[in-house]
Amino acid sequence: MTEKISEDQVKHVAELAKLKIDDTQLPYFTTQLDQIIGLFETLSEVDTDGVEPTSSVSDQVNVMREDVAENWHQQKALLENAPDTQDGYIRVPTIIDESGENE
Amino acid sequence: MNFETTIGLEVHVELKTHSKIFSPSPVEFGDTPNANTNVIDWGYPGVLPTTNKGVVHDGIMAGLALHAQIEPTPHFDRKNYFYPDNPKAYQITQSETPIAHDGWVEIEVDGQKKKIGIAEMHIEEDAGKNTHEAEHSFVDLNRQGTPLIEIVSKPDIASADEAYAYLEQLRQIIQFTGISDVKMEEGSMRVDTNISIRPVGQKEYGTKVEMKNINSFTYVKKSLQYEEQRQQREIMSGGRIQQETRRFDETTGKTELMRVKEGSDDYRYFPEPDLPVLTISQDWIDQIQKELPKPPAERRKDYVNELGITDYDAMVITQTKEMSDFFDEMVQAGADAKLAANYLQGDVNAYLNDNQVDLQNTKITPDHLATMIKLISDGTISSKMAKKVFKAITKGEEPKKFVEEKGMIQLSDPAKLQPIVDDVVAANPQSVEDFHNGKDRAIGFLVGQIMKQTHGKANPQVINKMLKESMSK
Repeated sequence: MTEKISEDQVKHVAELAKLKIDDTQLPYFTTQLDQIIGLFETLSEVDTDGVEPTSSVSDQVNVMREDVAENWHQQKALLENAPDTQDGYIRVPTIIDESGENE
Repeated sequence: MNFETTIGLEVHVELKTHSKIFSPSPVEFGDTPNANTNVIDWGYPGVLPTTNKGVVHDGIMAGLALHAQIEPTPHFDRKNYFYPDNPKAYQITQSETPIAHDGWVEIEVDGQKKKIGIAEMHIEEDAGKNTHEAEHSFVDLNRQGTPLIEIVSKPDIASADEAYAYLEQLRQIIQFTGISDVKMEEGSMRVDTNISIRPVGQKEYGTKVEMKNINSFTYVKKSLQYEEQRQQREIMSGGRIQQETRRFDETTGKTELMRVKEGSDDYRYFPEPDLPVLTISQDWIDQIQKELPKPPAERRKDYVNELGITDYDAMVITQTKEMSDFFDEMVQAGADAKLAANYLQGDVNAYLNDNQVDLQNTKITPDHLATMIKLISDGTISSKMAKKVFKAITKGEEPKKFVEEKGMIQLSDPAKLQPIVDDVVAANPQSVEDFHNGKDRAIGFLVGQIMKQTHGKANPQVINKMLKESMSK
């Protein structure tokens, strides 16, 4: 038995990542993820009182590009690399909308 | 039971930058599919995004125009989801530190002013576009990476009318900054709504229903009105509202269930590791504040108070910044403000509607229109003649030159008109007698005679006056 993550949570995370995990594999991955979380929890031993949250480990700040358009003319090469195309479009299996996003 | 309605709106606005938010690909519409894409837009392994400074600039500008607080150190976050319109499988957006927060928009409904709060605004990338056919779907990534601002209102909106007024004001405010076309019909402005109702006095909000991508302000209003009624009926008949997404059917005017939401969305946001944190200096903010054009509400106030035009006229003129700037230039060029306003909302708007064109894309110039109005004001041409002059202006012709060439100048000079007036009076003794007997119609007949002789060029006001003087002798 594990403590930090449940089999249900592993199943949920797998679904979000579109990974197929069958029920017989669940205990294996759950134990593994539990250990990984345990390892990361070592970090919580560090005293972070009064330390600002960090959202980037890069010490670069304000690297921005001027708003100038450049067409790299990669359309042809990109489409050649796509698994399936038609009339300049990427052709994919019929989309059944699950997310409701960006329709 | 009495209910109160709570509405929140999420508005996406597409920015008019030259290049995309995280790649230098051009932001252009109508090109062949995938022509404006590169390896970054396709999310190829190993590529790195770079933030477009113009997008941050525009985000700050929108924030300032909406009286919001600008976040001094914003960063981007990843929103993870799988959908073919976004090959990276995540959208780069802002979740923890939106570029601006806590703004407001003032609306007026039935004479009542109200401030609608803006919770936050963030800058993010748009996705590509899918088209669906029976056997396959087709993906065009030209739109992928087009910069968007998402503006999230506070749940301060209490009716469909307030929602409509909010959208109208928001559209104008953004339009006047020049950062977006904000056209619903072209997709550069998109609206999602949330609506819930609760019995008056209840503290907790009711369960909210979401409606996405409704394509006009009128439909937003109608869908909210319908939904308000539906939710009331549901609760009154003992039912309950479930958290769901509904679609508005434009033909029936009803909303219908699309899908029920099970649990909250799980997008696993985390800070975008490929982009450095931004720092926005007060200097930059001050500089953008200076660039900000005068907002529509202030212009309306000045038009009414200083130029003496009506509230309604002021409202029509401030529909777009181009129209308002055009009006300002006309007044600057010496046109009477009231006449300028009349022409803009009359002949000019009719011309724009008939030709489905924006003012800035026509040959009409403020200078030409102002000249025409001055010709009317000083009696050189009649407002009837002006119809022809206006037509010439739409073809780019100079009105003064046009009027002279066509010999359209109105005859207003009494010295030239006197002999004609005398002739007509001498030739129509009966009418003169009728006039003395108080028959007003007689003078109309005489004016008509003079008009005939002058081929319609005589100034009717001048000859009216001259006739009266001549017959009163």
